[in-house]
Amino acid sequence: MRFLPHTDEEIKSMLQAVRVASLEDLFSQVPPDCRRDAAMDLPAPITEWELNEQAGAIAGMMEVQPDFKVLIGAGSYDHNIPSIIPALTSRSEFMTAYTPYQPEMAQGTLQGIFEYQTLTARLLGMDAANASIYDGASALAEALLMGIRISKKKKKVAVSKAIHPHYRQVVTTYFQPTDFEVVELPYLADGRTDFSGLAELDDLAVVAVQSPNFFGVVEDLSAAAAATHEAQAIFITSFTEPLAYGLVKNPGSCGADIVCGEGQSFGIPRSFGGPGLGMFTCLEKYIRSMPGRLVGQTTDLDGKRGYVLTLATREQHIRREKATSNICSNQGLCAMTAGIYMASLGGTGIRELARLNYDKAEYFKAELTKAGAGIVFSSPTFNEFVVEFAKPFKSAADRLRKKKIIAGLELGKYYQELAGKYLFCVTETVSRKVMDAVVREVKR
Amino acid sequence: MRDVFATGGMILNESLLWEKGKKGRKAMDIAESDVPAAVVDPEIAGSGPDFPDLGEVDIVRHYTRLSQWNFGVDTGMYPLGSCTMKYNPKINDKIAATPALASAHPMLSDDLCQGTLFMMYELQRFLAEITGLDAVSLQPAAGAHGELTGMLIFSAYHKSRGSRRTKILIPDTAHGTNPASAALCGLYPVPVKSGPDGVIDPKVVADLMDTETAGIMVTNPNTLGLFEENITEIAEIIHKRGGLVYADGANMNAVMGIVDMKKCGVDILHLNLHKTFSTPHGGGGPGAGPVCVVRRLEKFLPVPRVVKKRRTYSLEADQPYSVGRIHAFHGNFGILVRAYSYIRLMGAENLKRVSQLAVLNANYIKEKLKDDLHLPYDRPCMHECVFSDQNQHDAKVSTLDMAKRLMDYGYHPPTIYFPLVVGGAIMIEPTETESKDELDLFIEAFKEIVCEAKENPDILHQAPHITKVKRLDETTAARHPCLTG
Repeated sequence: MRFLPHTDEEIKSMLQAVRVASLEDLFSQVPPDCRRDAAMDLPAPITEWELNEQAGAIAGMMEVQPDFKVLIGAGSYDHNIPSIIPALTSRSEFMTAYTPYQPEMAQGTLQGIFEYQTLTARLLGMDAANASIYDGASALAEALLMGIRISKKKKKVAVSKAIHPHYRQVVTTYFQPTDFEVVELPYLADGRTDFSGLAELDDLAVVAVQSPNFFGVVEDLSAAAAATHEAQAIFITSFTEPLAYGLVKNPGSCGADIVCGEGQSFGIPRSFGGPGLGMFTCLEKYIRSMPGRLVGQTTDLDGKRGYVLTLATREQHIRREKATSNICSNQGLCAMTAGIYMASLGGTGIRELARLNYDKAEYFKAELTKAGAGIVFSSPTFNEFVVEFAKPFKSAADRLRKKKIIAGLELGKYYQELAGKYLFCVTETVSRKVMDAVVREVKR
Repeated sequence: MRDVFATGGMILNESLLWEKGKKGRKAMDIAESDVPAAVVDPEIAGSGPDFPDLGEVDIVRHYTRLSQWNFGVDTGMYPLGSCTMKYNPKINDKIAATPALASAHPMLSDDLCQGTLFMMYELQRFLAEITGLDAVSLQPAAGAHGELTGMLIFSAYHKSRGSRRTKILIPDTAHGTNPASAALCGLYPVPVKSGPDGVIDPKVVADLMDTETAGIMVTNPNTLGLFEENITEIAEIIHKRGGLVYADGANMNAVMGIVDMKKCGVDILHLNLHKTFSTPHGGGGPGAGPVCVVRRLEKFLPVPRVVKKRRTYSLEADQPYSVGRIHAFHGNFGILVRAYSYIRLMGAENLKRVSQLAVLNANYIKEKLKDDLHLPYDRPCMHECVFSDQNQHDAKVSTLDMAKRLMDYGYHPPTIYFPLVVGGAIMIEPTETESKDELDLFIEAFKEIVCEAKENPDILHQAPHITKVKRLDETTAARHPCLTG
């Protein structure tokens, strides 16, 4: 086996050095009643070349091949990824390093993450970002727990029903063993969250909303922030499509206390939903309540600028059960990827790309409307929107599938009341030709 | 003194991203629009973020220079105890980048993504076989996330039996994440002191275990690198009083093909694919922390999970006892692919060999360094060995000083000051992918440093000498945090 460098002779001499007769005898302290009865039943080893073939066969089992156009976003977006990104992130000095516990040997990771934190905070209009959380869903759950820590003693959190249904499921999972109550805020006919009931909720610690929300609708965050603060609660905004903030007002400027969400859009392949990137930011006054790793700037003995992991006293390895979270790792390389992506676009590029996504979606909405379909929610959207059809869309979707187009996500599974309606997403990777092909099928 | 590996080679200084660039530059192509420009509702329009504009060469040089300030497993030996910094095969990254897998959308209907589901199903099967347990969830995104899932299962299990338990036993040799994970689930950690031989005494567990205690969370092999040899007896005590046994399987790399976790009495165990199964650590992640359970706890696992019916794979979500969803989608799939690839390349015999050689390497270092460094538990170890700086106290040299000096010799330091049961701990985990030559050089370097500690302690106090930056002021960083530029 080429990853195991030991020759038989070396093994022999090393066993002599440790005064053990055989490799098996190294495990003398493992009692017989803990031992396996038989060898592991796994497929026989294969070579690299056979593995390549096997991967090809598995890829062949996918009905949806890379040349398909998948017009689904819903938390996982198809954006172009420039080749410099895999080239730089696969540099093994980044890829094969651990969490930067020894800063003198990890300045590359540390400066890269410091830059990621800075760009993320600027994007979302917030004071500080952490080095990342697992994904958008766990980021939301952690944000809610953080909000509860800040609010102290209050027991209720209100979560918009227009937040990604999977994220809400994860929140339910995290909250199950606690005595906190999760209240759902309904959405209005225009696709925005209804905050009118907030005033009646007492004991409210946190209000969470997503923008653009699961329906692609841009929420009125300023109004939501005002209503939340009126109720003396912490205002959290979540997102699944950070590119929107190239065009749309950022949550910080609208009064958010904590902003978190999924960063997969920023140069990370969809990869069946993971690894992604939980982006996490907050106002300065709350940083000591934040979960996760933080990189901070400092100086070395000679006064030179450098970076370290900091505020570790919040963390599990120091505080143990009193930590702000149990999180130990982050999505380091994905954060680095998002940092490179944001830097590659730049301020000018991110506006242009966000604009292109917006224009495509608006074109598609207009053409679908002309073809007789309806746009379900009237509020402004970014690159996703919900469509209803005069007649069942299923057969049109099947015909489009034969043309290598996966036309939207049927919503009945996630919102019973929206059964038969479809959530569509178009990004810069979808040409007018593809949108027109969908429109033609709608007309048929 | 022999020539050490490390020299102050040519690395370049590099400013922060926003200290360079010129407005109007771009490092990414954006196609001309093929649709008319639409009107943006002024109510939602923002001004866009204040990002610097950089060209492609700016970006490539920036990150290439940054990477050169880093040290990875590919650079050299990285014996960070408990973190298992083994070599990460390049082929695994290539397989994970297979276009049909890397571009798969996570919400496709099952019939459209049989390939990804097949691979997950197979990996579930492999991990069950390797641990000896029955059922697996691949959703948790990291070890600590797996622990949280395990604790949620504890909570759901006891709730299903109508019992409310508020405490959990956690040995002092467990990972630091364990108490924090338990606390998230409302379980109050009760510390279990390990015995003088570094392992848990069943009598201590028997004294602590009661019907208000949900069970025990034990790291096995533990963080002293020792096998908890009384594990079956401990499990029996826990089970008798209605509790569950959680094993932190972060150190599974030491016992593959040797130990059967079910026979040990373990009910739930998480694995760290980025440790045992060679997936890269990425400077802090992404990892993956699958959770394996015995049959009677299968119904509590997160949903959805991949099941096979005839020759078709599907995602099964209908399970009323499940703790629910723990990840937005299916876990860190790209990491799961790498672990799948590794297991296919290795097969059963090589995986067992991995554990044997990992243990051989650790014992070899322990034997070769125990005359120079204080060894608090002198007994056969598993995949790692733990020394302390006790012998260096007279010279006023600390673990930190020796760790920093190792950098000048071209090594990443071991894990230091952990586990907490050893004062000034130096926790060395060489892993199986280091050859005897590499180990000998490392041992020689450490011996040299021990000599320096006696003869010239100042050289250690000032170390490292040749890294990009010298020791950094962590106190000021924490007192006056500067988290953005």
